Amino acid sequence: MDAQTERRLFDFIAHEARLLDAQRFDEWLALFADNGRYWVPLRGGAQADDGSHNALADEDRLLLALRIERLKSPRAHSQHPPSSCQHILQQSALVHGDARTPHYELRTPFVYIEVRGERQLMLAGCYRHRLIDRPGGLRIELKRVDLLNPGATLPAIQLFP
Amino acid sequence: MHLPPTLPTMTRFRRRADIAALVQDDRVHRDVYLNEELFALEQQHFFANTWSYLGHASQVPAAGDYLAVEIAGRPLLMVRQGDGGIRVLYNRCAHKGSKLVSDDCGSTGKFFRCPYHAWTYRLDGAPLAIPLKSGYEGTRLKDCESGRGMVALKHVVAYRDFVFVKIGDAGPDFESYFGDALGAIDNLVDRSPVGRLRIEGGVLRNVIHCNWKMYLENINDTVHPMSTHESATQAANALWQGQPADAPKPMAMEQILPFGAGYDFFDRMGGRIYPNGHSVLGINFSIHSGYAQMRDYEQALSDAHGAERAAEILQRSPQNSVCFPSLALKGSPQAFRVIRPLAADRTLIEAWSLRVEGAPALLFERSMTYNRLVFSPMSVVAHDDVHLFENMQEGLRGEGNDWVSLHRGFDPAELGQTTLEVNGTNEILMRNQFRAWVKFMTLSMQD
Repeated sequence: MDAQTERRLFDFIAHEARLLDAQRFDEWLALFADNGRYWVPLRGGAQADDGSHNALADEDRLLLALRIERLKSPRAHSQHPPSSCQHILQQSALVHGDARTPHYELRTPFVYIEVRGERQLMLAGCYRHRLIDRPGGLRIELKRVDLLNPGATLPAIQLFP
Repeated sequence: MHLPPTLPTMTRFRRRADIAALVQDDRVHRDVYLNEELFALEQQHFFANTWSYLGHASQVPAAGDYLAVEIAGRPLLMVRQGDGGIRVLYNRCAHKGSKLVSDDCGSTGKFFRCPYHAWTYRLDGAPLAIPLKSGYEGTRLKDCESGRGMVALKHVVAYRDFVFVKIGDAGPDFESYFGDALGAIDNLVDRSPVGRLRIEGGVLRNVIHCNWKMYLENINDTVHPMSTHESATQAANALWQGQPADAPKPMAMEQILPFGAGYDFFDRMGGRIYPNGHSVLGINFSIHSGYAQMRDYEQALSDAHGAERAAEILQRSPQNSVCFPSLALKGSPQAFRVIRPLAADRTLIEAWSLRVEGAPALLFERSMTYNRLVFSPMSVVAHDDVHLFENMQEGLRGEGNDWVSLHRGFDPAELGQTTLEVNGTNEILMRNQFRAWVKFMTLSMQD
């Protein structure tokens, strides 16, 4: 892969996380392809994508939109006080690239911190993005969030790891 | 400043009357949620006298398979025996007390071996071997608890593969404790044409900073969805209204939209109480009644049970059935929650999915989808529930009103009645839980 394409892919991943941290959720959702999926499998990186195991979240654009619309409601009670989040990304790595299709797969280790009032939640793991390059720009077909401890007893996670 | 450790002052609730005074006919004292001494007494009395759900037999399919679970502060092990039976042992080495296994589940092979000093035990807990045996010759080891191996629980019942335990010797036997409330489990299992369910798909685990009884009450609370879940259901409605009229309704929408039903809907669904705190909410219908039907599956069920019985099984689709105090079941979608108290202000909630043997994969998908949408730590429905439970835990510390109201639908004629059918918004389902709470808290107390 040429350095320019790599740069563009890595910038896209960083941009995506920045939109979440800035709570620009509508713009974030627009990064997803029509068939885009946001998936937080319950067995993390060990989980096969065959529908045999559950997930903390497994959402298409409709469910992501529901999540985002709910956050705008003054009666989203759990957002009083509101949550904020911070993604800390390690350098992305391109694990698969096919300029002809054109699909790209990237891995990005991360630390995610979500705070609300006096509470702080920290999650670590690795993103696996599958991106497609279209005339309108890069879009997310799959954002897979492989947590280190997805099966642990967790408190509420209110935004988007 | 570093404070010296203080001993709990176990003085306020020594007598039965002290406990009984916390639960009036139509309201409960805030101490039942807040007080740490009461929590310790619950661990000692209430959970020793009642039957708690431990696990499902499908989680230990082969001899040597185990499931480790903590119930009321006690580390327990459910173990599949060589003869196919199931035993429950304390996960404690007879020697110095180390837990024998520290994974949640797994296989121990043909015996347990303590990692500390290599004491070994048969699958039924009987002692097998001890290193340096000669060192024990002439000692009293053989004659005391430490020489007898792992301690087995005496009161264990696997009811249609749902395994329950009672820790203490007091309290009723299994059948008299649950009685007709076991119909909820029957309905779950009977939905399989071959009469078998399997735990699959993993468990969603939540920790909530509230008392366990708040969570359990809310399972029977039909009046909160309109206000608590307003943000989620309004967002779902707004998005769904934007869809074309002929768009097939995705499973997620089929499951979330009914949360927006009004007070009248919830009132008409009806409820039933049973002795000892158990209940069924939604005896007429529920938010789960509208799920798409499946012809082939209905035919298979009809072939297995006969048309009349099959229709009866499928029509029964309650909102929630509570096997007090640890289990809340949904016949459709096939899913259940387990309530595990951790502290006066901390509760573990597990949501398990079931695969129905002999039924289409869609049923399993429904089970997992429902759990994910409604009981995951990332659920937009649960977020508002959890927030409110934690709010109550904090709000109840306020002075000037020591009581929590459970007045809705109270009728003095209900007192002394243990089985009753009522309207769906009647808080008798909660009052019934607290009446059972007093009974089993005080059952083994002096005076």
